[in-house]
Amino acid sequence: MCLAIPGRIESIEAADDPINRMGKVSFGGILKDVNLAYVPEAGVGDYVIVHVGFALNKIDETEAEEVFRYLQEMELADEVSPGSAGDTG
Amino acid sequence: MRYIDEYRDPDGVRRLAEEIGRATGRAWTIMEVCGGQTHAIVRFGIDGLLPEGLTLVHGPGCPVCVTPIEIIDRAIGIASQRGVTLCSFGDMLRVPGSGKDLLRVKSEGGDVRIVYSPMDALRIAEANASREVVFFGVGFETTAPANGMAVYQAARRGVKNFSMLSAHVLVPPAMEAILSSECNRVNGFLAAGHVCAVMGYEEYEPIAARHRVPIVVTGFEPLDLLQGVLLCVRQLEEGRAEVENPYSRVVRREGNAEARRVMGEVFRVIDRKWRGIGMIPRSGLGLAEAYAEFDAEARFGVGGVSVEESGECISGLILRGLKKPVDCPAFGSRCTPERPLGATMVSGEGACAAYYKYRRHEAGPAGGRNNG
Ligand code: SF4
Repeated sequence: MCLAIPGRIESIEAADDPINRMGKVSFGGILKDVNLAYVPEAGVGDYVIVHVGFALNKIDETEAEEVFRYLQEMELADEVSPGSAGDTG
Repeated sequence: MRYIDEYRDPDGVRRLAEEIGRATGRAWTIMEVCGGQTHAIVRFGIDGLLPEGLTLVHGPGCPVCVTPIEIIDRAIGIASQRGVTLCSFGDMLRVPGSGKDLLRVKSEGGDVRIVYSPMDALRIAEANASREVVFFGVGFETTAPANGMAVYQAARRGVKNFSMLSAHVLVPPAMEAILSSECNRVNGFLAAGHVCAVMGYEEYEPIAARHRVPIVVTGFEPLDLLQGVLLCVRQLEEGRAEVENPYSRVVRREGNAEARRVMGEVFRVIDRKWRGIGMIPRSGLGLAEAYAEFDAEARFGVGGVSVEESGECISGLILRGLKKPVDCPAFGSRCTPERPLGATMVSGEGACAAYYKYRRHEAGPAGGRNNG
């Protein structure tokens, strides 16, 4: 029910009022009309997370790398502390 | 797809699982409170990657599952009236009321429609001025801003033949209710990422402090889920009880200001009964005073009735993290998604339905218990 999926804003329609802001969002090539009223900061090319026809938030590209940086740090830590690699405790 | 596939990387999954194994020194029970996460955990077998003693339990994470039967009956009562078109999300139509479900009303000639977005219901109202169009609005804080917008726009555009039956529920009060229960066994929470996308996570800070539980804002892909578990376990092992947000690509501390503004305008916080759990104070959303004319419950004069649940169903215990679906004697035999006895078998995101889809075989031959 709270399923929200990431998609890329392909175009934004001109709106008289920000509360009516609509755009086309691509989900792996499939285009859908999405209400953009809640993401006034998002523009064409940005990724947003979409739920029941509404973009809930813009996806932060820098933060999106976090878990991979974290994994990398773990790998480095493994290398500097010999014996821990492969030790699944 | 971008922002999905990379978070399913098997190498990263293995690495995080190993790290969780190293970090876990004692037995802990962690609850996720989002049906989408329950579904992903069961689908990807995340719980199977965890060390012995580290248990994931599934909370009341599905708004469809916790909607009381009497509200379903109200929707059925409204949908059965002449000149009414009732719209809702697909899951809602299959939930059995005390007598029938909404799909049955449809097959009996009622105008019941599945919509993808609440705005579709508003469009139907604008295109059919002679009909009363009712949107059956269910959902957590994730969905409330979208549903709220339909009412907000109906008011702005003067759409008089539109109204909403509100069955919205709020997550933090349910977490409090679980933690305050005498039989609570939850040590830490994975907070629902998309609820937090709207609400932020400030409101979890007092809960973490008061009940001494770590709360980790968690996303929906395997790497997200494992990272959530890892951070939660680390806190537990170190005796910390903080709110952490590794799902920062989507969630900011303050949430989404514009969504919260519309929600705050259209709705007011009310006491709400949760199916399987009971009354939880200040845990639901009803329409605010200024939008009372859009309240379908008042417009159609339905209300009152209370209904008994199936005596066999243990979904109340499952929703509080005290039992797993395979502990239920009816699971997979007398209770299936085609003929659900209880709340958690109804929606695809209910714990019983997720177990039925991915690990039916774990139940004993007679649907008996199997605690592994
Ligand atoms: S399997 Fe069916 S009867 Fe058993 S707890 Fe789940 S929903 Fe209730």
